[in-house]
Amino acid sequence: MAWISSGVGCSHVPALGVAVDQKITNDDYYGPIFKGFEYSKKWMEQEKPDVVFLVYNDHCTAFDASCIPTFALGCAAEYQPADEGWGPRPVPVVKGNQRLSSHIAQSLILDEFDMTIMNEMEVDHGLTVPLSMMYGTPDEWPCQVIPLAVNVVQYPAPTGNRCYNLGKAIRRAIDSYDEDLKVCIFGTGGMSHQLQHERAGLINPDFDTKFLNYIANDPVTGSQMKHVEYLREAGSEGIELVMWYVMRGALNDEVTEKHRFYHVPASNTAVGHIILENHAEGKA
Amino acid sequence: MTKSEEYDDIPGTIVFDADRSRQGYHLNMFCISLREQKNRDAFKADADAYLDKFPMTAEQRQAVLDQEWNLMLELGGNIYYTSKLAAFHGINFQELAGIMTGMGSTDYRAMMLAGGRSIEGNRNKKEWEDK
Ligand SMILES: [Fe+2]
Repeated sequence: MAWISSGVGCSHVPALGVAVDQKITNDDYYGPIFKGFEYSKKWMEQEKPDVVFLVYNDHCTAFDASCIPTFALGCAAEYQPADEGWGPRPVPVVKGNQRLSSHIAQSLILDEFDMTIMNEMEVDHGLTVPLSMMYGTPDEWPCQVIPLAVNVVQYPAPTGNRCYNLGKAIRRAIDSYDEDLKVCIFGTGGMSHQLQHERAGLINPDFDTKFLNYIANDPVTGSQMKHVEYLREAGSEGIELVMWYVMRGALNDEVTEKHRFYHVPASNTAVGHIILENHAEGKA
Repeated sequence: MTKSEEYDDIPGTIVFDADRSRQGYHLNMFCISLREQKNRDAFKADADAYLDKFPMTAEQRQAVLDQEWNLMLELGGNIYYTSKLAAFHGINFQELAGIMTGMGSTDYRAMMLAGGRSIEGNRNKKEWEDK
């Protein structure tokens, strides 16, 4: 049977992708950030998931204002890195797993989570930056990827509670899949940041620390946080953090925190990262 | 806006909700069209003719022409869209933030390097009025 072994929380700041692509990850500005992910790359090599289930948001790339699905599940054979205005990132094509995607889509919908099904979708930095942070610059991504795009651009994003429960439904879907596959789930976005208007540049390390503690140790309480608290305390774009609860919901109630990293700034944003492992009973 | 929301009290922040999305639809669709080179070329060649394709309000259209970045957000624009127009003008995200905050790029970048804008004093509009 398929099983979820671990979860990764990771910011997807576009500037980090630019740093990787321009090979400036060792400079004074980016060096400290990429140092924080050295452990993660080694961990990933040992973890070796067959599939990464990757929760992210599209930044008006695959979806513009004409169509705004709250949850869109990738069911394609592959996903091309998108041109976001500066040419596509020079990263490998993202390979999917169509049979597993279809199974998850069907299971989720019967479980009353009404997914939008994407049989074709380009993926932007929201998806490719976390892969770069965790895998570096391989010729091919060493895993298959199932993308889940969440609307966090137009208010309201789904609630933390909804995301957490969706994570639980994804867990049920993966646990009931008939093939032996090891799955790692990523929740991406954040941490605190605001890109717009006069309050741009907001960073709130106390909030971010509290959030990481909730994710690791008390997700049920954390998932009840109201949108206005994210908007006020973590900035208008900090609301992306709700996506981490999808990842957390798919893990056991009790997890082992293997790694945590936090840094300010990357461009306009605080960078946060956490690695959580399911205990052994996570294997079905 | 028909009703006031709790988040309307956050200073210097325009929450892109369904009302603003409706209001800014054509403005945002114009901005996102600039993701494609052929559209950037067309806009560059004849701004008026290109803007005619998008039935936005006169005020929105003027804000686009005047590069009034905060006003665009107040009129229903969203930053992920208006940033495409900024890119057309050679302005990146951090430079755009420098303009929107009124700080300029150098001071804005320095603020970010020093840990960003603190949450203290920036939670509600009252705190800004008192300043
Ligand atoms: Fe994002």
